[in-house]
Amino acid sequence: MMSGTVVDSSSPTAAAPDDISGSVLELDEDEDLEVFSKDTNFMDGSSLNTSMQTSPGSMVNQYKFEEEEEQSDTKDIFVTVDNPESHVTAIETFITYRVLTKTTRSEFDSSEYEVRRRYQDFFWLKCKLEEAHPTLIVPPLPEKFVMKGMVERFNNDFIETRKKALHKFLNRIADHPILSCSEDFKVFLTAQAWELASHKKQGPGFLSRMGDTVRAVAATVRGVRNRPEEFNAIQDYVEAFSQKMTSMDKITQRIIKEQKEYLEEMKECGPIYTLWSGSEEELVEPLKMMASCLDRCCRDSEEHTQYLSSNLLPILHEYVLSTETLKAVLRRRDNIQAEFEAKNEALATKKTDSEALKEEIDKLEDKLEWANNTLKGDWSRWQKSMRSDLKAAFTYTAEKNMEYYEKCLAVWESFLLSQRTEASEGGDRDES
Amino acid sequence: EETLLWLRGCGPRDMVEKGTTLLKRMEISVAEAEKRTGKNAVSMQETYTVYLIETRAVDAASEGANPAPDSLWRRYSEFELLRNYLLVTYPFVVVPPLPEKRAEFVWHKLSADNMDPDFVERRRVGLENFLLRVASHPVLSNDNIFYSFLTQEQSWKEVVFETGFQAKADSRLKALNATFRVKNPDKRFAEMKHYGDELQSVISQLLRVRARVADRLYGVYKVHGNYGRVFSEWSAIEKEMGDGLQSAGHHMDAYAASVDDILEEEEHYADQLKEYLFYTEALRAVCRKHELCQFELEMAAQDLTSKKQQREELATGTVRTFSLKGMTSKLFGQETPEQREAKLKTLETQIEDGEEMVKEKNAECEEFVKNAWVDIERFKEQKDRDLKEALISYAIMQISMCKKGIQVWSNAKECFSKM
Repeated sequence: MMSGTVVDSSSPTAAAPDDISGSVLELDEDEDLEVFSKDTNFMDGSSLNTSMQTSPGSMVNQYKFEEEEEQSDTKDIFVTVDNPESHVTAIETFITYRVLTKTTRSEFDSSEYEVRRRYQDFFWLKCKLEEAHPTLIVPPLPEKFVMKGMVERFNNDFIETRKKALHKFLNRIADHPILSCSEDFKVFLTAQAWELASHKKQGPGFLSRMGDTVRAVAATVRGVRNRPEEFNAIQDYVEAFSQKMTSMDKITQRIIKEQKEYLEEMKECGPIYTLWSGSEEELVEPLKMMASCLDRCCRDSEEHTQYLSSNLLPILHEYVLSTETLKAVLRRRDNIQAEFEAKNEALATKKTDSEALKEEIDKLEDKLEWANNTLKGDWSRWQKSMRSDLKAAFTYTAEKNMEYYEKCLAVWESFLLSQRTEASEGGDRDES
Repeated sequence: EETLLWLRGCGPRDMVEKGTTLLKRMEISVAEAEKRTGKNAVSMQETYTVYLIETRAVDAASEGANPAPDSLWRRYSEFELLRNYLLVTYPFVVVPPLPEKRAEFVWHKLSADNMDPDFVERRRVGLENFLLRVASHPVLSNDNIFYSFLTQEQSWKEVVFETGFQAKADSRLKALNATFRVKNPDKRFAEMKHYGDELQSVISQLLRVRARVADRLYGVYKVHGNYGRVFSEWSAIEKEMGDGLQSAGHHMDAYAASVDDILEEEEHYADQLKEYLFYTEALRAVCRKHELCQFELEMAAQDLTSKKQQREELATGTVRTFSLKGMTSKLFGQETPEQREAKLKTLETQIEDGEEMVKEKNAECEEFVKNAWVDIERFKEQKDRDLKEALISYAIMQISMCKKGIQVWSNAKECFSKM
């Protein structure tokens, strides 16, 4: 593997993707931006990671999350993702990211690790976590595929955005009381490339996974009979929330686009005033000052738009993606219930083999109860996170807007001050 | 002609010293605008707007009596007539411009329709501004036709046409558009003309960019209205966050709506720039008039020189310069002494007349240059003052816009923090 050029992740020119056509003011919930990969994971809960297998009872206790759980006090693992590098081989070109871990946890042999990972590896981790915890809400990954309209796959902004999202992804896992204890997570953070490759080969084989998939599809086809009301409520909420988040994402992208276009036009003003000042005598100073003020306002506007692109938009986008995860989690829970219901029905009709069947049903019942409880617990956790994240993001956005206007206000007040100073210095000069 | 007007004692110097511009004695305003329908010159039904001009003597108001103002209605075409009359009658004055006939440099949300109420309102303000400028001009404010325009309801148009300015208007137009080369123009006028061209170019560019910026700003603000809509819908599915989202949504709507006022105020800045854009035309006209005067002087001088030369040739019998006449006389024989005597006599008269003409034209030119330069200096001072004021008011407007923005987002922030 040849290491290619280090990608410059600090380019100021962000290119918002071309999206909404149509009138200025109306944003319909159209299919314009349905480009993110749908994580259609048909793995159900039957292929439990053996290291996690304990009695459902004790599991339930683990999932009773404290309402006031504060991560920051007890945080004992810190993960960063940075330093994207491109690699060129005979077959492909791809990017790796440096993953740095600092931890005091006893399960880790050392306190610091540095590894390089590519998107595939993150994707593998996500799949493993979902496999092990089908009804836990695994944080979303940035999209697998490139977005519509982007020509170059490895454009700087794309990499920068992806890098930040991957960083978020790992940190959310690290903050999760259950997921962060995953063996796969540990391997991901610590293993060298060849170790990771060999670890990936372990676990349920191809055939076993095929079997799971077949069963999952069958379960989906069967459908659930008596979904508990609370999960119906969650389903409805997720549907509506998904729509709202998608709208928020689109609107924010549109605002960024409009602001960029505004900036492009504004940039032309200053030079015209400067040009004008060349023809004038008395007006030279005020005109030059105008030009300077307009230039400063342009810079402020640019900074503000940059903030929206690199802070507000990613969080909104992450929540759009997470609704897909939520839908998948609900589906998986449904599948477990469907399987349980099916076996129950089978018991009612069959007379022979009832002992083995009864044992299976008991296991499925436990599994269902466990799945429901883990989901409920993680759902409450997710909601809290969501509220806190979005509240922070919106509050900060409002602050940034205020900051922008305050900066511009200062610029124009300095203009007034300079003109008044000039007036008092100039005095009454007779031009005759 | 023009000389006569000057002799009447309406020179700018006198007026400034006496300090009797009309505006000092009379309050003038264009108070209202109304739509009328009527039959035009070709008996076709038309809709047009009329403007109410109100005048009142300054003394009356200051006495505290506060009598009702005198008023009459005028349409835009009458203002145009007045201005054309002033242009022709005072060619050495940079005559204030009228507000634009049709909406130009429009950004797309603003209507380009002349009947649009906002356009009519801005035009009303522009017309009032025009009258105030004329009424405060040291020369123009003393004009009788202008006074009648303000006070004489009936038959004003007839009075204007009676001055016979129309004939002069045509020749003036022709002269303005003619191409001729002046050998010795006054450098100051040439520079002024060049300045006028530069100013026109720069202001046009500014107005074009401004229209595009206004368009974009409108877009930015209005899209935020969508936040309002979504927040409102979203609040319905949330418990803890519901109230915060709902009220934040209202502020987003307010933010989106605030752009309308902002852009209306900005339109005023554009109007101030437009006035000076149109002023450049008047400035250019004065410079052209100087060129015309100078050209006529040079032509007269040239004519005189050539006549003198002819006289010399005739007197001495030598043909110094090649001329067709010289050649033909060479070819077809000399004239008789009597013929020569007659010719000489005609030439002498012509030369006398020519010398008078040159003297006249010279005086005209000098007078014109003197008066025009006084008005140009006045115009320059006014321009510097007004444009500086315009820039300051633009800054004030921006400050107001920023304060509104801070307010709205501060309110929104409070709502978010309650989420």
